[in-house]
Amino acid sequence: MHDMSHTVHHHAPPTSFIRKHIFSLDHKVIGKQYYGLALVAVLVGMVLSWIMRIHLGWTNYAIPGLHLLSSNGAPGNVMTPEYYLQLMTMHATIMVFFVLTTAPFAAFGNYFLPIQVGAEDMPFPHFNMMSFWVTFVAFLVLVASFFVGDGPTLGGWTQYAPLSAVGAVGGPGEGMGVVLWAASIAIFCVGQLLGSLNFITTTLDMRTRGMSLWRLPLSAWAWFITSCMGLTAFAVLMPACILLILDHVAGTSFFVPSNLVINDQLQPHSGGSTLLWQHLFWFFGHPEVYIAIVPGMGIVSHVLITNMRKPMLSHRVMVYSMGALAVLSYMVYGHHMFVSGMNPVSSLAFSFPTLIITIPSTIIVLIWLGSLYGAKLRINTASLFALGFVSMFISGGVSGFFLAQPSIDIMLHATYFVVGHFHMVMGVAAMFGIFAGTYFWFPKIFGRMMNETLGKVHFWLSFVGTYCIFMPFHYLGMAGNVRRYQAFVIEYMQPLIPVHRFITVAALVTGAAQFIFLYNLIHSRFWGKPATDNPWQATSLEWSTPTTPPPHNNFGDKLPVVYHDPYQYGVESSTGDYLMQASPEQVKTAYDEA
Amino acid sequence: MSQADLTMGGRPAGLTAGPAFSVPAKKMAMWLFIIADTATFAACLVAYGFIRNATPNWPRPFHSITNVAIMTFILVTSSLTMLIGVRAARAGDKAGALRWTFITAAAGILFALLHVREWLALIAEGMTLFKNPWGTGLFGSAFFSITGLHLTHVTGGVIALIVVGIRYKGSRYNADDLEILGLYWHFVDMVWMFVVPLVYLLNLAH
Repeated sequence: MHDMSHTVHHHAPPTSFIRKHIFSLDHKVIGKQYYGLALVAVLVGMVLSWIMRIHLGWTNYAIPGLHLLSSNGAPGNVMTPEYYLQLMTMHATIMVFFVLTTAPFAAFGNYFLPIQVGAEDMPFPHFNMMSFWVTFVAFLVLVASFFVGDGPTLGGWTQYAPLSAVGAVGGPGEGMGVVLWAASIAIFCVGQLLGSLNFITTTLDMRTRGMSLWRLPLSAWAWFITSCMGLTAFAVLMPACILLILDHVAGTSFFVPSNLVINDQLQPHSGGSTLLWQHLFWFFGHPEVYIAIVPGMGIVSHVLITNMRKPMLSHRVMVYSMGALAVLSYMVYGHHMFVSGMNPVSSLAFSFPTLIITIPSTIIVLIWLGSLYGAKLRINTASLFALGFVSMFISGGVSGFFLAQPSIDIMLHATYFVVGHFHMVMGVAAMFGIFAGTYFWFPKIFGRMMNETLGKVHFWLSFVGTYCIFMPFHYLGMAGNVRRYQAFVIEYMQPLIPVHRFITVAALVTGAAQFIFLYNLIHSRFWGKPATDNPWQATSLEWSTPTTPPPHNNFGDKLPVVYHDPYQYGVESSTGDYLMQASPEQVKTAYDEA
Repeated sequence: MSQADLTMGGRPAGLTAGPAFSVPAKKMAMWLFIIADTATFAACLVAYGFIRNATPNWPRPFHSITNVAIMTFILVTSSLTMLIGVRAARAGDKAGALRWTFITAAAGILFALLHVREWLALIAEGMTLFKNPWGTGLFGSAFFSITGLHLTHVTGGVIALIVVGIRYKGSRYNADDLEILGLYWHFVDMVWMFVVPLVYLLNLAH
């Protein structure tokens, strides 16, 4: 393995401002750039959700300044139905692509994967730099659609055809808005491909001496498994987006059927298939939800183990289960299409693997719970958010059992039940994973501690707030409240409006609580208590760097040598109850006794 | 430091006993790119099959396989010349490696020219991305998209062959780099082997 390190580009520390902070080749800087992008994106996405929630609670309420966001979407500051859908689409696209994919995977993975495997950088620093800047351009293209023509697309983040493919006749934003959306996502796919290439080669080729695959921390495993999914999932989404663009600009009709009449106009397209888009999209779309959640699983396991002071019940079963999620994620995508007009036999065929994929998910949850049982968990903000992740994943996951069955899904499909399900299991859970990672690794990244009191306030407001927002969604869905409606004017939905108002208030409060986090982040960056090299008494290699934050080449002149499995806690060593991976010390370990 | 030192205090080093993954990062990255690109082509070909099956008036306009057979022969031969070039480079025959690399690039250019000529002939017959004289306009959409994607790969490959060849001559690149580029070239060749039966032979007139 050691010989492999010669393939690294031994680049000297950069000196110019641009190479150091903007077009940096350092994986740590790139990781921070990704985190910054995700932070901007999540603020935009959150504000969009606030505006939507206010509208859903008080439909005719004039939101001051709303007309500034769109010239024709909010006359008198009251949003039009189309504008509601445009905001919803942008909220989802920004959150799924530029927050949930970017922060837990690209940001933390870039920063810590090379350090956790004991490398001085990734094998292809230029690809790595490009992957961030390509992603950045994708974000700009997406946001640009707010300011072009009649605004962003209103087709939802899934962009179902034919609405997404017919052009401007489909409504505001369905012309230029869709083209910009599809271009943005296609560009994003390129960035993810470059990132995945680097992540996989880093994991397989750049490990330092003694770092066998089984000695990788669970977070490194999670990033590796995620990058394997990203490699092929985005490679399918990209041609789908390009075909969609062709339908717009080149007159093709891949996704538009014959004889389609919209607004009394017969469409000139002929012969395409609307289901084709759904197949291509969901072949990407389902792995995508695991791309969002698996890094969180790894981060949360890493954080929990450190704070439990003992390894998981089974390191290997955790890894196998995450791997099984990755494989199965490609076989279940049809469960998004149970009511799309697919052959009912196909529904059955997709229902089976969907129920099977709950098995590795359940195993992971049971390992977390079983490991937590009887553990003397250190309560700090990072471990609280890790517990919050487990809680969200269970609460959101349980509703998945219902949705996996076509007969029940027929009733619940396209209701708020689904919205509640995926917001909890992949949205908020992944966010809690990001928070856990932030509070846990902040001392290493910036050399300062975050404020624990503010962190705990942030956690409890977010935790309770999230349940207040998303639990009632399940109730609304079962009461028949359809999703993607901008107002609830139908009689049977009228009694549900107070529930919506409660959710809106909860969303505003929970969202406001995130500014505590933002304040904590910025304040601690500059004025936080200085951190030691290993404030959590953790074992993995990121805590063995010679300085904090790590130097440009991570480990100084000499790469570390790994002597132990990743989580040697509960031992008696010269340092305390743990033994670092890079420590040559020999002690009797929990493994030896087992 | 011996292997025994590494295992002190822990279990045996398991998978690191011996270099389990001795594929250099560059080569592995090319293999990974090929996996991703396979997914991209697979998506396009599956999409093509999907709409082809779903469309009743699918045209079968091709009357002869002569042109596509010649193109196929050229592309397959260029894989062979690539192979000879890589073997020459491995054997240290720099002039030979360079010669065969450029022959491969020339074959690629010839393939592209024949392809463009075929495209122009079809366009002259009235076929575009969205309509053609024989049946559903989707035929042109699928044909031009899939062969266009492949042609893009061939063009990129030719440029890469020339650039890598020149840099190999200047000793900036070595035999390994030629071999890695060869992987890509063989992949482009292999994709064509899927395109020919699906896009050409299936659409031969009865």
